[in-house]
Amino acid sequence: MAVAADATASVTPLRERASRPMVVAAVLAGWLVLFAVLRGRQTLTLAAADLTGLHRWLNDLNDSIGANRNSNPLFLYFFNEIRLAIDNLVTFVQSLISQPTGTRPVPQIGWLGVVGITGYVSWAVGNWRVALLAVAGFTFFGLQGLWQESMDTLALTLSAVLVALLIGIPLGVWAGLSDRFNRIMTPFLDFMQTMPTFVYLAPLTLIFLIGGASAVITTVIYAAPPAIRITAHAIRSVPETTVEAANSLGTTRLQQLVKVLLPMSRRTVVMGVNQTIMAALAMVTIAALIDAPGLGKTVVQALQSLDVGTAFNAGLAIVVMAIVLDRVTTAAAARTETARRTDARLLRWRRPLLAAGAIGLGFVIYVSHTYVWAAQFPGHGAVGSHIASAADTTTGWLQNHVSGLTNGLRNVLTNGLLNPFQTLLTDSPWWLVGIVLVALALVLGGRWAAVTGACCVGLLVGTGVWSDSMTTLASTAVATVLVMLLGVVFGVWMGRSALVDRVVRPTLDAAQVMPPFVYLVPFLALFGATRFTAIVAAVVYAAPVAIKIIADGVRNVPEATVEAATSAGCNTWQIITKVQLPMARSALTLATNQGLIYVLSMVVVGGLVGAGALGYDVVAGFSQGQLYGKGLAAGLAIVLLGVMFDRITQAAARRTRA
Amino acid sequence: MARHWQAGAAGLAVLGLTLTACSGAKVGDSTSAGAKSSGGRCGTFNLAVNPWIGYEADAAVVAYVAQHDLGCTVTKKDLKEEIAWQGFGTGEVDAVLENWGHDDLKKKYITSQKTAVEAGSTGNKGVIGWFVPPWLAKAHPDILDWKNLDTYADRFKTSESGGKGQLLDGDPSYVTNDAALVKNLKLNFKVVYAGSETALIQAFRTAEKNKQWMIGYFYEPQWFMSEVPLAKVNLPKYTTGCDTDAAKVACDYPLYDLDKIVSAQFAKSGSPAYGLVKNFHWTNDDQNTVARYIAQDKMSDDAAAKKWVDANRDKVDAWLK
Repeated sequence: MAVAADATASVTPLRERASRPMVVAAVLAGWLVLFAVLRGRQTLTLAAADLTGLHRWLNDLNDSIGANRNSNPLFLYFFNEIRLAIDNLVTFVQSLISQPTGTRPVPQIGWLGVVGITGYVSWAVGNWRVALLAVAGFTFFGLQGLWQESMDTLALTLSAVLVALLIGIPLGVWAGLSDRFNRIMTPFLDFMQTMPTFVYLAPLTLIFLIGGASAVITTVIYAAPPAIRITAHAIRSVPETTVEAANSLGTTRLQQLVKVLLPMSRRTVVMGVNQTIMAALAMVTIAALIDAPGLGKTVVQALQSLDVGTAFNAGLAIVVMAIVLDRVTTAAAARTETARRTDARLLRWRRPLLAAGAIGLGFVIYVSHTYVWAAQFPGHGAVGSHIASAADTTTGWLQNHVSGLTNGLRNVLTNGLLNPFQTLLTDSPWWLVGIVLVALALVLGGRWAAVTGACCVGLLVGTGVWSDSMTTLASTAVATVLVMLLGVVFGVWMGRSALVDRVVRPTLDAAQVMPPFVYLVPFLALFGATRFTAIVAAVVYAAPVAIKIIADGVRNVPEATVEAATSAGCNTWQIITKVQLPMARSALTLATNQGLIYVLSMVVVGGLVGAGALGYDVVAGFSQGQLYGKGLAAGLAIVLLGVMFDRITQAAARRTRA
Repeated sequence: MARHWQAGAAGLAVLGLTLTACSGAKVGDSTSAGAKSSGGRCGTFNLAVNPWIGYEADAAVVAYVAQHDLGCTVTKKDLKEEIAWQGFGTGEVDAVLENWGHDDLKKKYITSQKTAVEAGSTGNKGVIGWFVPPWLAKAHPDILDWKNLDTYADRFKTSESGGKGQLLDGDPSYVTNDAALVKNLKLNFKVVYAGSETALIQAFRTAEKNKQWMIGYFYEPQWFMSEVPLAKVNLPKYTTGCDTDAAKVACDYPLYDLDKIVSAQFAKSGSPAYGLVKNFHWTNDDQNTVARYIAQDKMSDDAAAKKWVDANRDKVDAWLK
């Protein structure tokens, strides 16, 4: 089918498409030949403790900021004010649901009240099914024995999401209206999302002190970009004709925004809120490193004594919270759509029900404020200890029974794929790798992608961590290949069967929000402290995104096309390889792009389990003053790798679509 | 239709009244005992907790005593070393209880910024070095001398070590000269960075269980030693000054006298908590006991501290004089 469609297209792109893989192959062959000749020259290696001038300069900069913090007016009148405002917000939310205030030994609203509010709000903005889920989920925190920790996490997440939206939605609207502003914002957003948090964690505590404010600001930096991007996208996707119609009616710009653009993009904006919440929850364990209270702390502390069970229990609470908040916001987005269509009779019913609910809710809050049984969750978290011991038993069994198998797998992949590729990258002269990268960008993405590639290569050399960047690049590439393999297999399976989708999807959600270290301890036992463990961790985190995107792409292939192929006598394998995958090509490139970016965001976690290279540099910079500058440079290198691949894959995707 | 929700509201009200009737204790009744830590003379005491169990044990006991004997409001802050020291200047941290040398930080915060001062030894002796799992020390006792390491280098090879023997290092914040040591002792080994203590401990645990060859950086006092008693490899003996030039180190790590650091402000404040920190002094065995309560018996910090304090009242009283 696809071949027939191609044949009818004009001849030139066909020739171009056929020759592109050949050019790529030629470039790679040339690389191999030159590598054999020039191996080991101009590799720009730098030992773990060595620094360059740039790194020392960054160190001095950091030190001078620390030394002048009490006299600098920027601190006295600007940062301190921001810190105070955010600190007050956090303390207020905490006093409501998680922390005792003054002489009161418990927070203002007890567990019953919080569960009531959650249920009521979920029902009001979503539907009764998600309300039930929310009530069950929040009660589960109490049964796990993690009520207060969960509420601390919730308080910080809510504060961070509030701040992120206050900043993000106006910026997003602006970026949606103005192309120029959008162009200016995009690199900043890329930077905020790919710069490893570890790099700015220490300076943040210097500027905003240790405490709630720093934790919230860390989270906002990571969680605001999705809100901005998705809001801008939502404003842009309002149909041109609608805007023109409004224009012809003589509306002002403000009216147009308030009456047309915002209401019409509401559904997508709510999805932005959803993504912001998910990103905020991903920061829970990292914020715990600067003393943010909550579930993250439980995870981090449990892992000091390798207590996987306790860590898993707390990680599970984060997963449950993420799933509840995700489903509620998704239902809210759907409601903004359906609300317009539901008939008036149901609406008349809704009001009194909401009012009655509000009265009941007020009463429940009062009870939870007043009586101990409704304020403090009863029991000692017996469910939690059962979960913990079950997790311990499972990991123990895994470690005892499959470690021979896993070691074999690791050695085959490391020696057969990772090591040769890494040697090729790190032992080639830097300029050779640079030329190859730019050439590939030119062939796959076009002229502009090549210019971006050249800039990134130049800057990478400037960071002084070129060799480490190449080591990381090798692992990243291998991880991305594995992600795409899983993505295609599971994506096609899920895309073809709604039942499989429903069963697998919650697992994917869990893999995305479970703090990596919880599953890394068993992985460490299975694979050792190696680059391979880091690759597996990255695959666990990145594969769900790729799988979801590919599943969507496969599902969006028109039913009629598949039926036509079936009636033409194609078998299942042929339908998948000849129809569904080729037609989902743009989903495949998007999945590669996102898979790569997600893999890169795990580089630092990889550094904690034996990946070395850039990830280790960043972690070391966070831990040791003298290495701060190098860590920052390594963080920049990760951003540069991310930007380079993002631009190349996006340009390539545009070409395949054209 | 309206009658329906009226009935619903009435039902809710009845339910509510029933709940109130069988309500039980009210918040703020004197039944909630635990909270007797009313500021008092001591006020708030900000204690940094660095991320290893030994430190957690120190902090648990000091916090428990400060709270129950001195009436302080103790705020524990979980921070890495670098950030904790940074907190001296901003007034966010009063004390660090277990410092491992860290001459770099001392120079920066005590000598030049003058935001921190030393507060004496904890009594704990810190040992840093290269360790092997006990089975290996038993099977090949000669491995405990560094001169024999090269003969076994092949056995220590892994997928990460590029053909040489692997020496596994852990958390980058810990004091280490390993890369220089390997180079200067001309060993056929490569330092591989596990990147975290969790990864390092798990590696030793697996190595002991599966009888795998492994050598790595480790330290004492450490709770894990009571689970797997690692054996230390002897490097060339430490002599004073043999480690002054970090690039040329070719000797073992010194015996660290672990000490306490407090913020300059806190030292001058006259808080009884400062007196407690200054007098706090115990042995490696004491710390290991509390660390074991926390790490292996999975007791909470407070329960572990209480158990130890109740059994060692005389030691605690000496700190309070």
